[in-house]
Amino acid sequence: MTTLRRLTPLAWLGPALVLIGVVVLWPVVVMAQSSFQHIGGEGFVAGYNGADNYRRLFDEPDFAAVLLRTLLWVVVVVVVTIVLALGLAQLFHQRFPGRRVARWALIVPWAASVMMTALIFRWALDPNSGVINLFLHQIGVVDKLGSNQAHWLGDPHRALPWMMAVAVFVSLPFTTYAILSGLQGIPDDVYEAASLDGAHGLRAYRDITLPLLRPAIVVATLINVINVFNSFPIIWEMTRGGPGYETSTSTIFMVDLKQGNVGEAAAMSVINFALVIVVVVVYLSTTRWKEQVDR
Amino acid sequence: MRTSRARTAAVAAGAYLVALVFLLPYVEMIITAGRAKNELLDANYLPKHFTVSNFTSLWSAGGLGGNIWVSLQVAGGATLLALIVAIPAGYYTARYRFRGRTAFLLVVLATQMFQPAAMLVGLQREFTNFGLPSPTISLIIVNAGFNLAFAVWILNAFFSSIPVELEEAAQVDGLSRIGALVRITLPLAAPGIVTALIFTFITAWNEFLVALTLSLGSAPADRPLTVAIDGYVGQYSTDWGHLFAGGLVATIPVIILFALIERRVVTGLTAGAVK
Repeated sequence: MTTLRRLTPLAWLGPALVLIGVVVLWPVVVMAQSSFQHIGGEGFVAGYNGADNYRRLFDEPDFAAVLLRTLLWVVVVVVVTIVLALGLAQLFHQRFPGRRVARWALIVPWAASVMMTALIFRWALDPNSGVINLFLHQIGVVDKLGSNQAHWLGDPHRALPWMMAVAVFVSLPFTTYAILSGLQGIPDDVYEAASLDGAHGLRAYRDITLPLLRPAIVVATLINVINVFNSFPIIWEMTRGGPGYETSTSTIFMVDLKQGNVGEAAAMSVINFALVIVVVVVYLSTTRWKEQVDR
Repeated sequence: MRTSRARTAAVAAGAYLVALVFLLPYVEMIITAGRAKNELLDANYLPKHFTVSNFTSLWSAGGLGGNIWVSLQVAGGATLLALIVAIPAGYYTARYRFRGRTAFLLVVLATQMFQPAAMLVGLQREFTNFGLPSPTISLIIVNAGFNLAFAVWILNAFFSSIPVELEEAAQVDGLSRIGALVRITLPLAAPGIVTALIFTFITAWNEFLVALTLSLGSAPADRPLTVAIDGYVGQYSTDWGHLFAGGLVATIPVIILFALIERRVVTGLTAGAVK
């Protein structure tokens, strides 16, 4: 009877554990194993080859540049997203007629597939007929339509900022909503007390709002770091990581390696995964998930 | 009083402008989907003539109609599987304290931060070796797995908020424990179930990278919509009108669904953080 009792949780949680095991945990094992194997083009394993895959990966001429670009990509996109979202949340927190409808517009890029959004921007940046180019031409930024000057995505130094802008665009809705829900959790009497003490406007924002928003900002930042690091569709649809690997992040680089050398791609994945783990550990240690489940 | 009115007007104007910026790319998608083929490359904001031919051709041979059906199967199947697995787990962890409960919830929360991109090579090698009859089934399993965390977490929160006394009273009235769960608790948790359902559906519907990886060997008509749309790009001349017509059909229902659950999604995604 007691054994049966002890097994009851397993009946309720078992299916979830199996699904997590098959889809999330086992692939990590397979991936780590593959990173030490020589794998042929058709996926046949030709035995273990020690650290060969890692050695080959580190010897890739683009490896260091790709890692640096990944860091730049994550830092720029996340910092710009958080700063803009703080402003947008403040704006949408105010009372004004039509607020519901305006907030509704904000969720569109969140609900739509990132891949579709990236394709729209690629089309809008088309050198000959893209509407962004048309607009920039009309306001005088681009001198001559159809000239190479308007070929934003062909030049890595111009393509990367545009793709970062798209990444910020699709990250803003969630981030703004997360900070908005943080703002709604701040009671009004905090501000009343502060205004009695003479704190208004920007000072009240810096001394009261920001510190109270800290948990929301931390969580939004960590979730964004994970999302932006793993982001694939934006770069894939807009430049395919090219020319060469000049606009690739480590996720794009891994997918591209996979077409030629699965073992080396597995080595890149293991490194990517280790970086993700670091962020997850930070996330779990900063959030108060335990208090929530112990209610 | 007047300054506060002017302030409200300024705030509203700013907010409407922001809203417009967020909508504009999708407006451009609608306009392009309505462009006639011979006006596709014209450098103007609006074409001279609008056409619906890009939409009607979706269901002709070589169109995206079949891919929409594949995506419906993947997203629908993943949603069903995720709910069947998440409801008992969410319910049990909300109602009972047992050894391993905290560990289980920690694993669930940790997997919420994992994304398929970071373990793509493992997924590809594992699911190719499974030898499942079609990529659709693999994609159903993978999408259910990566959305399970959100579903368990939000259902746990909903079940926790339903007083256990309601179930006890129903059992006194002669219902079994399972009967009380099905007849009393599940209907009360409907908002949570609907949220998990819609969120899983949308995420699976929009998913691209795993779909691209696992359906590479399939015939073009058997690939999910995102993969099929990707296949349109980069050909000698991309048929943007047809592409965006398909994209529009894929996007509009998802936006409406998302609007229904918008508030609860933030709570679910930042699980453990809000207090």
